[in-house]
Amino acid sequence: MTVMTPQRSFVRTASEEALPPPRTVAGPLAWVKENLFSGPINTAVTVLMAWFLFWIVPPILDYLFFSAVWTGQDGSACREDTTGREVGACWAFVIDRVNYFLYGSYPADLRWRPNLFFLVLAIGIVWMLWLDAPRRGLGAIYFFVVVPILSYWLLAGFPAIGLSNVPTGVWGGILVTIVVSAVGIVISLPVGVLLALGRRSHLPIVRLVCVIVIEFTRGVPLITVLFMANTMLPLFLAEGITVDRLVRPLIGVAFFASAYMAEVVRGGLQAIPKGQYEGAMSLGLSYPKMMYFIVLPQALRIVIPGIVNTFIGLFKDTTLVSIVGIFDLIRTVESARIDPLWSAPSVNYSGYAFAAIFYFFCCWGMSWYSQSVERRLAASEKR
Amino acid sequence: MADTTSLEKPQTAQSQASNTEVAVEMKGVHKWFGEFHVLRDINLRVMRGERIVVCGPSGSGKSTMIRCINRLEEHQKGQIIVDGTELTNDLKRIDEIRRDVGMVFQHFNLFPHLTILENCTLAPIWVKKMPKKDAEEIAMKYLTRVKIPEQAHKYPGQLSGGQQQRVAIARSLCMNPQIMLFDEPTSALDPEMVKEVLDTMVSLAEEGMTMMVVTHEMGFARQVADRVIFMDYGQIVEMNEPEAFFSNPQHERTKLFLGQILH
Repeated sequence: MTVMTPQRSFVRTASEEALPPPRTVAGPLAWVKENLFSGPINTAVTVLMAWFLFWIVPPILDYLFFSAVWTGQDGSACREDTTGREVGACWAFVIDRVNYFLYGSYPADLRWRPNLFFLVLAIGIVWMLWLDAPRRGLGAIYFFVVVPILSYWLLAGFPAIGLSNVPTGVWGGILVTIVVSAVGIVISLPVGVLLALGRRSHLPIVRLVCVIVIEFTRGVPLITVLFMANTMLPLFLAEGITVDRLVRPLIGVAFFASAYMAEVVRGGLQAIPKGQYEGAMSLGLSYPKMMYFIVLPQALRIVIPGIVNTFIGLFKDTTLVSIVGIFDLIRTVESARIDPLWSAPSVNYSGYAFAAIFYFFCCWGMSWYSQSVERRLAASEKR
Repeated sequence: MADTTSLEKPQTAQSQASNTEVAVEMKGVHKWFGEFHVLRDINLRVMRGERIVVCGPSGSGKSTMIRCINRLEEHQKGQIIVDGTELTNDLKRIDEIRRDVGMVFQHFNLFPHLTILENCTLAPIWVKKMPKKDAEEIAMKYLTRVKIPEQAHKYPGQLSGGQQQRVAIARSLCMNPQIMLFDEPTSALDPEMVKEVLDTMVSLAEEGMTMMVVTHEMGFARQVADRVIFMDYGQIVEMNEPEAFFSNPQHERTKLFLGQILH
């Protein structure tokens, strides 16, 4: 009687060749099946989304490109009754007014100064954000010391070296948007860190002051802060001292952003285990060194998404300074679109579409950058 | 042995205080966590070059006791004198003492955002103001001593627990400490990694480092300790040389404890 008995011993004599996977495991077809049609719900969602994109994308493309008007001298180029066709975005209007959107009423013959400012700022930003850049310590000095001074001289004027004064009242457009958000961003991070540290301090007075500043600033709307900065700030100051009308909302925005930043940073500080503090203390590091070398680098890394979120929010919130009479981008769009020369229905939307595209690409850039930094930091720690 | 400090005779300890040979002196130290009396009248004198092993059940205050020595915990009553300097609220003095007292933790407490080398050079550079080059040289020397020089440019997260703990020991040694405190250095390790860390500690002991070790590794205590201390309920219950401590424990609690951990 023969019974199948399992093989008791086995020794491999030949190695198995590695074979290419079947088409259902790897390759584009497999990807589509795996990611788009893996089950009934997934398939339904895919179909729904495809229909939605089909419904929304062509009209957007049509509005932005195919029906858009690119050239023209005045509103008649963008009106249906004169062109005889449906009109999408009136880019002719944006192109015609782009200098106004960029500089506001900044004197035309001095516009090389804001241009140079944009360049100076761009160099600083690239130097700071490019993690492998040479001499980053020098870059930090440039960004935090040279850029502010140069910017002030360039934009506001420095008669001693031949740069005539330009009152802030004529600044406008993207220039003001960039100035307000850059000041807000550059001030809010360090001040926010200090407020967050203060709020976690063991010294009761310091803690109380920080809690009051944070909760008060966070507890009122930005518009209120701006109005207060605009109308109440001069009241607090000694007589004879006037604060520039652009500086007032700058202070308000910086304060407001700092309070939000403080809470974001505090979240990061709370995530650092006690052992990190103890490890640092046991080596004899003083409190400032412990915070600077050990705690803050880790805490800030954890909250990069929150920090960038705050920056993006701040960048868009700068549009609110138009309420206290500052000509930021939105305000210039507003005043340009009611110009009788460019009276056409499509002009209204085109100006806002331009502003939306500008804001979108700036915010998307920040978001993209923060994600690339996160990926890089994660990679350097695990690897 | 010259150290005759004991529970019952704190006065003797005081009168014998010869400052150069005493590394750590605790006199009538008390500590409370809120209402809870964690340390009760601790009197202990550790001489230079001495190796003390502290054992006891969890919650007995042994970790708290050694954490008081570098002021990670604050004592509320009594005196702690480290290297001739008394621990007070004076922050400068605390930082000075911490420079001289190395500590190794149960969970390593390496800095995960810095490489192994940076972990080791940070304090020498920024606390001792040592030039970067010298600090790196010293760090490599100690990393070689704990047998992981090839890991210098990795991050702590890429190392095994045993390797991390050896880095933590090297990091402390880079500050050239007079006294090393170990707070359950092997408790968080996988069994096969305990030996590599203990070997490092044994070699450190053989070089004459003053060590206070909280551990349950009784083999280590037998091998290197000059004295073994048993703590319970925040008090030093029994203290003796390892031979006598293990073969002839006096106190009932000690007998019970040893009966449970030595099989």
